[in-house]
Amino acid sequence: MTKNSICAWQDLALGAAILEPGNAANLKTGAWRTLIPVLDEDKCIKCGLCAVYCPEFCITERKDGFFRPDFDYCKGCGICANECPKKAIAMVMEDK
Amino acid sequence: MPKRIGIEVSLAVADAVKMAKADVISAYPITPQTHIVEELSTYVANGELDAEFVPVESEHSAMSAAVGASAAGARVYTATSAQGLALMHEILFIASAMRLPIVMTVANRSLSGPISIWNDHSDIMTERDINWIQLFVEDGQESLELTLAAFKIAEDKRVLLPTCVNMDGFMLTHMIEPIVFPDQAVVDKFLPTYKPLLTLDPKKPATLGPVGVPEVYLEAKKQCEQALLDSLDVVKEVLAEVNKTFGRKYDLVETNGRKKAETLFVTMGSLGETCWSAVDNLIAQGQDVGQARIRLWRPFPVKEFIKACKGAERLIVIDRAISPGSVCGPVAQEIKSVFYGLKDAPEIVNIIAGIGGRDVPVADFEEMYRLAKKRKLAKTYTLWGLNSNA
Repeated sequence: MTKNSICAWQDLALGAAILEPGNAANLKTGAWRTLIPVLDEDKCIKCGLCAVYCPEFCITERKDGFFRPDFDYCKGCGICANECPKKAIAMVMEDK
Repeated sequence: MPKRIGIEVSLAVADAVKMAKADVISAYPITPQTHIVEELSTYVANGELDAEFVPVESEHSAMSAAVGASAAGARVYTATSAQGLALMHEILFIASAMRLPIVMTVANRSLSGPISIWNDHSDIMTERDINWIQLFVEDGQESLELTLAAFKIAEDKRVLLPTCVNMDGFMLTHMIEPIVFPDQAVVDKFLPTYKPLLTLDPKKPATLGPVGVPEVYLEAKKQCEQALLDSLDVVKEVLAEVNKTFGRKYDLVETNGRKKAETLFVTMGSLGETCWSAVDNLIAQGQDVGQARIRLWRPFPVKEFIKACKGAERLIVIDRAISPGSVCGPVAQEIKSVFYGLKDAPEIVNIIAGIGGRDVPVADFEEMYRLAKKRKLAKTYTLWGLNSNA
């Protein structure tokens, strides 16, 4: 019998309430991903629009000036690729 | 000293809520529940009850406001009937899933259509699976005392589930009965101030009623149902305390008539009293008959019910709702499930009676008994009093 469960029912808080604020970070939404964004650094102008539109707020500016997602949270929704004015982001099937 | 007053049952229920010192009442008026909330709004307007009365624009909002207020730690009451209960439908599940001890009176009324304001149990039977504690009362005195008990049961730390008290619309809500009112001090002792276990508090932030992803939904449902199953012992305990405090003999399943009778009527709600008179008449005619009256419908008191039926060869189960396309009415479905596979299970016949306010007088129960005894009733169910050309 497969379980795929977060915890035993006895360990849930009353009414499955969440008692720890800000725990959304514990939910690694990256597991939902089918397509993964791949950045073409030659086309990218480092404008950061991808970070602005990312619904997970998981794209941040890195030391080299490029904006890249945190793949623990990137759901592969493709909004960044869609919004990129230079078409520098491609959504490709991820090998898992 | 307790006072005995001739009063309409609806008003006695309003008085019970007043004596329970509810903090928030959110309700929308609907026949035959109206007198209860009308009276409560008067109490609040006159300053006799220090509560927030939320005159919402629909029953969907009534239950939503009740959920919000209860989550904020208030003692919350509402009441409704039929279409109103149906309009609350989706929020009823939220209230139990969030483990909020809301108390609601359901003045039982037929669901339209055809349009009906009269009495049967089709409204609550549609809501059997809402994970609420569901009680049924038979008379005015019980209506008052079990409304008080409902708060105590719901708010018990071992329970924390919404609770509804079902009382037959008109047949009970609009009767004027002599009812004994307890002193406020006795009620205060019986029902102390509600102290929530988990509430909306900025100092202790929490998310109540979050999304239940597939990895948690099942466990959340299990927790909720287990609380309902476990509430049975608490209901028993609270009824014992009601009995001690107010001098009653309430139980999960009550019996009358002959002990270990050959034939038992099974009733729920105010028809039980009519049936009781028929049982007494039949016994006077030398018949071996008794009656089991179900007071707690959810969680269903399986053990107690089987015990109450011990020795019976035949059960005449009275339903007050049709379960279209099923094998029989909802109460009979339950009882057939209870007895399935048990040795010495009684014969179970089902009569669906009193639908849409159709009268069921004492003599009808006597006729049911005779027909059942002669095995002249359908094996599935009988729509009692149906005018048919066949």
